[in-house]
Amino acid sequence: MNKLLLIFFLFGVLTLSLKSVAAPIETFKFDSPETEKVFHKLSEELRCLVCQNQNIAESNADLAKDLRLEIYTMLTQGKSEDEIVDFMVERYGDYVLYRPPFKPMTWLLWFGPVIIFVLGLGFVVRFMKSQSSDEPPASLSNEEIERIKNLHAEQDGK
Amino acid sequence: MGNNQPSVLRRFMPLIVFVALVILLAIGLTLNPRLVPSPLIGKPAPEFELPLLLKEGSFSNKDLMGQVTLVNVWASWCFACRQEHETVKFLSRNGVRIIGLNYKDEPDDAKNWLARLGNPYQDIAADYDGRIAIDWGVYGAPETFLIDQQGIIRHKVIGPLSDKDNYDALLLAMKSINPALNKSLEK
Repeated sequence: MNKLLLIFFLFGVLTLSLKSVAAPIETFKFDSPETEKVFHKLSEELRCLVCQNQNIAESNADLAKDLRLEIYTMLTQGKSEDEIVDFMVERYGDYVLYRPPFKPMTWLLWFGPVIIFVLGLGFVVRFMKSQSSDEPPASLSNEEIERIKNLHAEQDGK
Repeated sequence: MGNNQPSVLRRFMPLIVFVALVILLAIGLTLNPRLVPSPLIGKPAPEFELPLLLKEGSFSNKDLMGQVTLVNVWASWCFACRQEHETVKFLSRNGVRIIGLNYKDEPDDAKNWLARLGNPYQDIAADYDGRIAIDWGVYGAPETFLIDQQGIIRHKVIGPLSDKDNYDALLLAMKSINPALNKSLEK
């Protein structure tokens, strides 16, 4: 029983400590909840170039901290969401965007999955058709009918 | 039954798909995701004005004009900067104008570092809070920008210059500005 309690206790400590690791966001003060929303949206949609699989909101990297501050400063200056995104893209390229822009260079990226799905569906349908024997068997030629009749006759004769 | 034999192409389809996948992965997985092409190439160097690290006064983007210049982003806390330092000194010795952008560094640490390892920089602008580096699209030291006489960014090196591929690419870009490049720069 004691062991069980200990396991529960350790599990609790573990989950609590995991919780406290997340979200390194500093405490910024916003004049309106809308601005705060935009801030969180932006910092979640922009990639941190130092730890590339994290966004600016999650990353503890120094650069991410600087960029959060930059976003905050621009928002307090009354810059719009698009202006801030443009600011980032001008400096770091499309790569900062977790949601890639829609343009000829990224068409394959956007349509690729759909194309592959349609191709795959085509293959599956063709495969299933080739497996099922819905189509009536080809009719027998006169010779074959004759042979069958003969076979029957042979059997009956025995 | 006889006319339903899979054709040669169909029989080898799985192999063809597999080989195509291997080729795709071989290319995709060997690309370095840390190399993000800079959108600043071909554009004028961003405007800035920063205090100098070792002297009184300031350094601005206008001071970059007139001469082919390397802007080397470095910091004393940056390990790869130490790695490339000999190469930076080598370039400087051979007549390349190099301006340092001291990135998010403590001035005393930076000065000690230079005193110990040597100073190849003609001037060093101190970007204490890293704000100017954001305008340059810097995301990690060392990074090196090649600026032509008109102040246009022509090339960017991400990572240490001591890396042979980085060095060769830089030299190639320098040659495209000035074909009569100092022969001793070829390593």
